[in-house]
Amino acid sequence: MGPALSRVALADGEAQGHFDPMIRLPPPKPEILARRDGILADLGRLLPEDAVIGEAIRLRPYETDGLSAYRQMPLAVTLPRTTEEVAAVLRYCHANGIRVVPRGAGTSLSGGALPLEDAVVIGLMRMNRILEVNYDDRFAVVEAGVTNIGITKAVEGDGFFYAPDPSSQLACMIGGNVMMNSGGAHCLKYGVTANNLLGLTFVTIEGEVVRIGGQHLDAAGYDWLGLITGSEGQLGMVTEVTVRILRSPEGARAMLAAFSSVEVAGQAVDAIIGAGVIPVALEFMDKPCIHACEAFAHAGYPLDAEAVLIIEVEGSLAEQDMLLNRIKEICDRFEPISMKLAESAEQSLAIWKGRKGAFGAVGRISPDYLCMDGTIPTGELPHVLKRIGEMSAHYGLGVANVFHAGDGNLHPLIMFDANDAESFRKAEAFGADILRLCVEVGGCLTGEHGVGVEKRDLMVAQFTPRELALQRAVKSAFDPGWLLNPAKVFPLEGNEALAA
Amino acid sequence: MSAALDKVTAPDTEEGVAEAVRAALAAREPLAVEGRGTKRAMLRPVQAARTLSTRALTGITLYRPTELVISARAGTPVAEIEAALAEKNQMLIAEPPDLRALFGAEEGATLGGVVGANLSGPRRITGGAMRDHVLGIRAVSGEGEVFRSGGRVLKNVTGLDLCKLLTGAYGTLGVLTEVTLKVQPAGEATGTLAVRVPDLAEGIAVLSAALSSPFGVSGAALLPEGHAPLGLDGPVALVRIEDFAESVTYRLGRLRAALSCFGEVSMLEGAPSRAAWRAVRDAVPLGAAPEGAVWRISVAPSRAPGVCAALREAFPARLLLDWGGGLVWVSGPATAEAHAAVMAAAAVAGGTFTLFRAPEALSAAVAVLPEEPAPLAAIGGRVKSVLDPAGILNPGRMRAGA
Repeated sequence: MGPALSRVALADGEAQGHFDPMIRLPPPKPEILARRDGILADLGRLLPEDAVIGEAIRLRPYETDGLSAYRQMPLAVTLPRTTEEVAAVLRYCHANGIRVVPRGAGTSLSGGALPLEDAVVIGLMRMNRILEVNYDDRFAVVEAGVTNIGITKAVEGDGFFYAPDPSSQLACMIGGNVMMNSGGAHCLKYGVTANNLLGLTFVTIEGEVVRIGGQHLDAAGYDWLGLITGSEGQLGMVTEVTVRILRSPEGARAMLAAFSSVEVAGQAVDAIIGAGVIPVALEFMDKPCIHACEAFAHAGYPLDAEAVLIIEVEGSLAEQDMLLNRIKEICDRFEPISMKLAESAEQSLAIWKGRKGAFGAVGRISPDYLCMDGTIPTGELPHVLKRIGEMSAHYGLGVANVFHAGDGNLHPLIMFDANDAESFRKAEAFGADILRLCVEVGGCLTGEHGVGVEKRDLMVAQFTPRELALQRAVKSAFDPGWLLNPAKVFPLEGNEALAA
Repeated sequence: MSAALDKVTAPDTEEGVAEAVRAALAAREPLAVEGRGTKRAMLRPVQAARTLSTRALTGITLYRPTELVISARAGTPVAEIEAALAEKNQMLIAEPPDLRALFGAEEGATLGGVVGANLSGPRRITGGAMRDHVLGIRAVSGEGEVFRSGGRVLKNVTGLDLCKLLTGAYGTLGVLTEVTLKVQPAGEATGTLAVRVPDLAEGIAVLSAALSSPFGVSGAALLPEGHAPLGLDGPVALVRIEDFAESVTYRLGRLRAALSCFGEVSMLEGAPSRAAWRAVRDAVPLGAAPEGAVWRISVAPSRAPGVCAALREAFPARLLLDWGGGLVWVSGPATAEAHAAVMAAAAVAGGTFTLFRAPEALSAAVAVLPEEPAPLAAIGGRVKSVLDPAGILNPGRMRAGA
């Protein structure tokens, strides 16, 4: 996943200053700021010396995450190595009314790990051990700081894999995946993180360690596992995760189909699903995206197409042929400009090459971009893309669209210039308009990136005030003092728990 | 539960449900919340003078086959939803069981009932549970307020996922009024391999080998006593493939070769295969005596043989294993001693249990679900207070005094 605003992240203090972060954070507690030295000393007694960071220069890497337009130095950073150390920090923070910001790899695209001035960041990157792999019962127990790809790497030699594959999978950590309920390009077939978990080691804000679920399916009682997954650090921290591992398919192959209009490509997707074929991946790119990817990857994408589908199927060679031919016959009915069926793994890689590099490719043609993440009913795609085109003209900013066509998850990449504050503000407004449109047509604000700080204030577009109050009350049931990752997910307005 | 018929309220609108809850709240009168009441003997009896039924709240409200979503009001019969899906060659992924025979119910279950109880059938092992496919809900809280969570799209991480919380909450956190589910194309063909095994441990090994194969197994059950109507002698391991016809033929062939080292393999295709899995889904091979108790134990599959041995030692247990061995259906005498043996066996194996069906004399007297660790129980109490502050929705359904 391209760090969308990497140039800003590396800019010097003056350049940052000309950003006026529009995100409001709750006022820091003055009594906590005043006690900073004492808090650092206390943390130093709870944890090994190297697990507490207080100096400004070493705090700097933690001031932002994958949404680097927003930044805020934390009070302190702790890097525990064990569940007990995490519990000790939480217990201390709870006892002293100190806010906490959990952090995995810091790849959140919604600002989920953005610190607060008066908060202690608890980073899980040192909890990176794979504790158990069990092929008889097909699960792995891993610490929260193991990378997503690290799980698959640990089992692929034996023919297994961990299914959810967010595009940041080289860096992102399973603990963060659990907190954001991460998806990926293959979730049409394999589901998202929530569908691939068996158990968690969960630490409450009071520092109590609780095992949720285990090595079995469907724990009895309320579905805490399901509620905690995707809760964006609002309910507690996760230190160990038991994931299901699956046997890899015999093989996989991709095809590419190019169409003369967005509508026709959408109809082809409907026809494929309607015929009972569920490809393992079904990706859509619009014309600006095709052009950006082709210029970058030279994957052989047709430049006269308005829309391209990349479709991947799994199975034995004969099954791949059977499925690809079925899909080809369906696509033929929609007069494709061209089609290309991979005949080998290499050709599949070539077809994927452009799509996988899409974010980087857009980064090449624009100084910066914002990666949006709404979901829409798939039938609404032509209408939504038309409206996004009109917005693009209105704001004077380019946009390229990548779409998980099977599940309706839309990633518009809004191009702007981060050195121009006006351009950034326009990009933010453009993005908000797109997300409101997603809700308007029956979709939602975020399909896989999470609400974080980025979409917090748009929650009122999707939920009624009472529905938001109910969700806040459920958070309060876990975290009555609103110490856990406050200022994320829920609008600040009307939230008495965060008032000064 | 012995709600007199004149004390049953069955509104045909969501607002009617909300009004009924508000009336109960004003009167501080607990409500037994149900659909068609087919699973009253599940878990614990509810102490309530009045019943709120969603049976009249019916109808499919949205079905988009190409978007793989269906929405229906909570009282819609599952059979009606399955019929609508079948017209478009689609299905409910979790394959919820039809438990009429097990519960002695005349009517079939409602959508709200199978979601409220998070009931899944054999496809749960690789296709996911009912709760995995709940995309959105509408519900009425214990304060008589309508609220929504989720939506009608397949990928949605916006806000806290209250769909998960209400699925499997047995109506204790809200009255479901409408549910949106992800659905899937039904396999064009289906076939089953039946492997005769000497004992349960070997049977689990067969299922594990099948589930560790790349052939997309969609059902993995173990029938200790076999299933006479289909001529299956036990113990027998069943492995199912559902897909396009060419794939089913190919995969059954490959699996048959791979599993033949375990014992004699026979093949069921088409109708007999479907019949076998309907029987497993509905726990028919369990042969539960009407007066006895039925439990479900959830464990890691490799622990199942140990669980089964312990139970057989404690009482004359009848058994049926699904989900690769991870779901153990147990039937036996409805006694506190048998229940204690189930609790102990589940705990030793690191799993959980549910007293699935029992006479009230037993279910009102014992813990029908495992106790939660104290911090979680405290959180659970606070969550219950958020959604049902007066405690009027299905009090005592899951746990005594809660």
